[in-house]
Amino acid sequence: MPDNATVTLPGMRRLPALARLRDLALIPAIIVVAIVGQAVNPVFLEGGNIINVLQTMSEIAVMVLAETLVLVAGKMDLSLEATFGLAPGIAAWICLPAGGSAHGLGWLGGAWSVPLTLLVGLAIGLLNSLLIVRFGLSAFIVTLGMQITLHGMLTGISGGKTFFNLPSSMLYIGTAEWGGVPVSIWLCLVLFAAGVGVLGWTRAGRSLYAIGGNTDAAKAAGIRTDRVLWVAITTASVLAAVGGLMLTGRLASVAAAQGTGDIFTVFAAAVIGGVSLNGGKGTVFGAFTGILLLYMIQNVLTLAGVPAQWIGAFNGAIILVALILSRITSGKRQE
Amino acid sequence: MVEAIGVTKRYGPTTALDAVGLSVAPGSTHALVGRNGAGKSTLVSVLTGLTPADAGTVRFHGRPAPHLADRDAWREVVACVYQRSTTIPGLTVAENLFLGRHPLRAGRLISWRELRRRARELLETWQVDVDVSRPAGELTVEQRQFVEIARALSFGARFIVLDEPTARLDGPAITRLFEQLRQLQRQGVTILFISHHLQEVFEICDTVTVFRDARHISTRPVAGLDESDLVADMTGEVRLPGAARSAAGDAADGGLLGAAPVMEARGLGLDGAYQDVDLTVRPGEIVGLAGIASSGRTEFAETVAGLRAPDRGTLEISGRPARPGDVRAAIRGGVGLVPQDRHHQGFVANLSVAENATMTVPERLGPAGTVRPSARDALARTLIDRLDIKTDGPRQPVDGLSGGNQQKVVMARALAGDPRLLVMVSPTAGVDVRSKETLLSNVARVAAEGTGVLIASDELEDLRGCHRVVVMFGGRIAAEHAAGWHDNEMVAAMEGIGHA
Repeated sequence: MPDNATVTLPGMRRLPALARLRDLALIPAIIVVAIVGQAVNPVFLEGGNIINVLQTMSEIAVMVLAETLVLVAGKMDLSLEATFGLAPGIAAWICLPAGGSAHGLGWLGGAWSVPLTLLVGLAIGLLNSLLIVRFGLSAFIVTLGMQITLHGMLTGISGGKTFFNLPSSMLYIGTAEWGGVPVSIWLCLVLFAAGVGVLGWTRAGRSLYAIGGNTDAAKAAGIRTDRVLWVAITTASVLAAVGGLMLTGRLASVAAAQGTGDIFTVFAAAVIGGVSLNGGKGTVFGAFTGILLLYMIQNVLTLAGVPAQWIGAFNGAIILVALILSRITSGKRQE
Repeated sequence: MVEAIGVTKRYGPTTALDAVGLSVAPGSTHALVGRNGAGKSTLVSVLTGLTPADAGTVRFHGRPAPHLADRDAWREVVACVYQRSTTIPGLTVAENLFLGRHPLRAGRLISWRELRRRARELLETWQVDVDVSRPAGELTVEQRQFVEIARALSFGARFIVLDEPTARLDGPAITRLFEQLRQLQRQGVTILFISHHLQEVFEICDTVTVFRDARHISTRPVAGLDESDLVADMTGEVRLPGAARSAAGDAADGGLLGAAPVMEARGLGLDGAYQDVDLTVRPGEIVGLAGIASSGRTEFAETVAGLRAPDRGTLEISGRPARPGDVRAAIRGGVGLVPQDRHHQGFVANLSVAENATMTVPERLGPAGTVRPSARDALARTLIDRLDIKTDGPRQPVDGLSGGNQQKVVMARALAGDPRLLVMVSPTAGVDVRSKETLLSNVARVAAEGTGVLIASDELEDLRGCHRVVVMFGGRIAAEHAAGWHDNEMVAAMEGIGHA
């Protein structure tokens, strides 16, 4: 990528082509981490390990994609992590048999679990949109309240326990493999590819940038800003439900705390990947490189034998270091 | 008072200032004029210590300029009021005036009473009549400027730079600003006045310096100076007066005016803005809608474009009833809009020229909701050529363009859909002479092609090319003038004097 070297040269920032190259700002960092990882442990670049990294990040990555939609449109959604837990949680609760150790309701058959998960995501998204777009409430506070409520609901329906013995349809996307690669990786990559396409090459996607950059100008240009926001916020919630379903499938369970605290990683990945918290800036591809960088560094640490008790501290430090790295490589102030 | 010698400033390959000199005599009001990109803004940041010069010296009162990091020292020698407001809307006027230097009492707590007292005192010194306990956000643009002038001068400087202070003001507000400036002149304040409007230079300044293409062109006393000489200095060529006007005249002669109206308003009213407005625009006709800011002209124009829904009356676009308050429907019905404030409603700053220019016509960019970048750039290129937009290419973000070129992008956005009715609100506010000519000649051109045009403005230059001008005052139509009106009668009509 020889062109990429020009990104940080001063005085060239105004060249239009750079707007696209900014997407690639994290690529050098990713290459450096790959080299370091390989030096630390030759396992790093083996197929099995790469698949491992991609699979562990795939669920959160889908949430990053969801958050990117919302952030580009100039809003934010803190409730995604709760939707990530509650959507599969409710599906499990309704579909698992009543009585016994399963503590479900047994209202519907197991085949309903996946549609139910998506439906819960859809409902939460619509409710968020109603409050944010229709009633004009602050997205930050609405989704914060929503996050607390949804987390509480998951604890409530599960009684603080974990749902096990899930219907097989719920496990499929977390466990099956296509061509030796887990379905969740395929799904994650397909969703991101779709995200790149939608945000880069469709009217709806471009209108997200217009709305996030200057809502009034978008309105004056005839964009139906409210409608676009409804769709963006609702889609994000559905994506979070999909992400939750992927994790549920992989772990074959829904823990009462599923998703708790993940939103911070999601925001960190999006910002590292160049998505602005003020809206109107950033790309889906950039967000993908952001989450990829975070998980690669974590993997390198694990391979380097960092004790499990210290992983939390390192995770936080990684986010800070990655932010600094992306600031250096992109040469742009973050917002 | 202030002297800049051989100041050079480069940004990468571009030279923003090329060994320019400027000398402002104490007590004078010195105008600095030039087209966008001439280097005015760069000189302002050098003179106010925001940017270091690559070469050359700046001296105040014969002494070298302070060190760049010494902000306090800078504030004591030069005050500056920037184009965009630097007040904080949620705080009171008093607190804005003393932000970060609040008067304290025992225990290092803020003394609010003392703060208000000093604020009142400060505003009285410069004879600014504003209630200091009001939030700054409630003030009008001109009141905010007065407050900013007072604040800038409160640090001790008696030299003030005003960067296009009239760009966002309407006629009467400009008059009041000039009264305020004359007051400052009487109090011995030296002023460097930056403007696009030459008649303002003649009205308030005694010396004028022209910059062009990063170079100093001329410095002359205003007295006895001819306006056309100034224009020639600014553009580097001899101006052909009335070129835009004759194009408009051709359209009027083209016989299009007899066709069915593209816009017809009957008894249109919007509470709190305008009432009982009857107005018709025919194909190829350029109709001016004159009036001061409070006249309701802007609100009316925005209603036609679908930005507002009227409370009563009927509005037809091309013979069909308009869907009230629906911009999308208006655009589909053939209405193009150049909104009042380009920063606010005109463009998305970090998106490219191409994206902004084609924002109104997504259906032309690709099948089934997709956007083909090549189609978008091709469409944008024709608009860039047509409007003579100075840009590196369709992919350049709009915030990298000068004000005049940004406004051309807004115009491109309005014209992208080949509208049958073009609605423009203050289309040349804050735009340099050359861009203004391009914009107005494009208006004449689209009219000649059969588009009806409605220009809501209080700028006489905008209205001069109109076939007829309808004047609004206090929310109602007060007068109508055919082309060929005199400036005085137009201004009088806008001010509500001598209803015709």
